[in-house]
Amino acid sequence: MDVRFINPFLNGTVQVLKTMAFVEPKAGKPFLKKDSLARGDISGIIGLTGSARGSLALSFSESCILKIVSNMLGEEIKSLNGDIKDAVGEITNMVSGAARKELETLGFNITAAIPTVVAGKDHSISHVLGGPSIIIPFETPQGPFVVDICIGGVGGK
Amino acid sequence: MSVDKNLKILIVDDFATMRKVIRNLLKQGGYENIVEAEDGAAALKILKSQPVDFIISDWNMPNMSGLELLKAVRADDELKALPFLMVTAEALKDNVVAAVKAGVSNYIVKPFTAEVLNEKIEKIVKSLAA
Repeated sequence: MDVRFINPFLNGTVQVLKTMAFVEPKAGKPFLKKDSLARGDISGIIGLTGSARGSLALSFSESCILKIVSNMLGEEIKSLNGDIKDAVGEITNMVSGAARKELETLGFNITAAIPTVVAGKDHSISHVLGGPSIIIPFETPQGPFVVDICIGGVGGK
Repeated sequence: MSVDKNLKILIVDDFATMRKVIRNLLKQGGYENIVEAEDGAAALKILKSQPVDFIISDWNMPNMSGLELLKAVRADDELKALPFLMVTAEALKDNVVAAVKAGVSNYIVKPFTAEVLNEKIEKIVKSLAA
């Protein structure tokens, strides 16, 4: 995967969580993931098409996403309920939008589909391109989450 | 000139959580008179059945998108003057151009703060009153 794709998704993730949930995640070192196992308890996945094609997933640990959504809504959420699933989809959508805006400055015009959300221990993530994917790990005071991206340029980009 | 905080605002977004987030941000700005719709089609039904002063709409929604809703509003003689603020994750130039061409009053790219949202509303309302 082209390394130019990593920073826009990293920056977009930090920007979205900082602005909407007042959480400042710290990014770790990206690594290659060859299996389809999600690295979190709940994941939002969104397909990307255009001058680059692939998919983006955000997988959150339960403790982490409970804090993020509680901050977003201004009320304490204690379990992975419908509000959490809904918010994970919206966060995925916003990160995709912020990353695509940055990728546009690199010459990539990418559109996104409507996100889907999967929850449960050891759920899997099916990337559009099959994989392998790049994992960007993040830490927050309430627990970890990862950005899981599998994307490639189209037409020699 | 101060903006009437009793404006009836219609929030259109397919994500209930996002509607709740926007509602909370509006409350921080003093706006409490709020109705909600989960997509453009549901929004049109509300607009046809009750008076609304201001529309805040997402772009990507099933059934009827925010852009389709905007076009429908601008094509309707009774609704065409309504202020329409697009709140969306779509920040690509083509999207902004399409929204402006369709007659959007202003545009906010997610993520955003309460300050940004309330500033945009004031800007739109004041420009209409000028």
